Amino acid sequence: MTLKEIQELLQAEVIVGEDSLDEEIMFAGGSDLMSDVLAFGKPGLLLLTGLSNAQSVRTANIIETKAIMYVRGKKPDKAGIALAREKGIPLLSTKHMMYTACGLLFSHGLPGVSGLSYKK
Amino acid sequence: MTESDETLLSQHFEITGGDFNNAGKASTSIKEILQEIGIDSSITVRTSIASYEAEMNVVMYARRGELTLNITPEKLHLKLKDEGPGIKNIDMAMQEGFSTATDEMREMGFGAGMGLPNIKKNADKFELFSIPGKGTSLDIIFCLNKTEKK
Repeated sequence: MTLKEIQELLQAEVIVGEDSLDEEIMFAGGSDLMSDVLAFGKPGLLLLTGLSNAQSVRTANIIETKAIMYVRGKKPDKAGIALAREKGIPLLSTKHMMYTACGLLFSHGLPGVSGLSYKK
Repeated sequence: MTESDETLLSQHFEITGGDFNNAGKASTSIKEILQEIGIDSSITVRTSIASYEAEMNVVMYARRGELTLNITPEKLHLKLKDEGPGIKNIDMAMQEGFSTATDEMREMGFGAGMGLPNIKKNADKFELFSIPGKGTSLDIIFCLNKTEKK
């Protein structure tokens, strides 16, 4: 699933990375706890989070996520936006809650970090 | 000193306790250094994760700390030394989920009790030494001749 398809599915606003929407996303994971993201995340992850401070972008950079989708209409602070621009990490924001955003992506075929995917 | 102990690169970073605005900057710099000198990407990610967790522990719990990166032909060594409360019960601190974090720390997305276990998980060798009331030091070592963790 491309970032563009994800953006449309979640009716998300692109905050950083308008020119990176053709990136292919292979799996996603959601958490507001960066300690958990550091423990369970993998390079290439689409990170869904409600944590909007700069630590979300720092964590994304450390584990090499493909992009961040902020949920519940959250938006990153200025420091986070500046770091994302510097590191080339696309940032998007959806009004959906975490559960709904993850459910929509999972039911449209985007697997979780463990590789588990949706089966009808 | 044998040839394999020769230091190829050494970098030192100061970390200020409670400075959440700059938390993670040292680890971001370490990651950039490792990428620039061409360290294997898997080792770079494991080192960066361990460094970031260790750095956040200093910011969250200690007054100040020093993080040193040393690279020899065979090993990458992260040494962290802080001045802070120390750890009273290391066995408890090494358990996933055990945390003494405050609400402020959790608002930053940390303090889930995953830090020290995650550092150990990512490192090839991990040693922790702590004196309650004085501080904590960590030695985190990564072998450069293998990409998979032991």
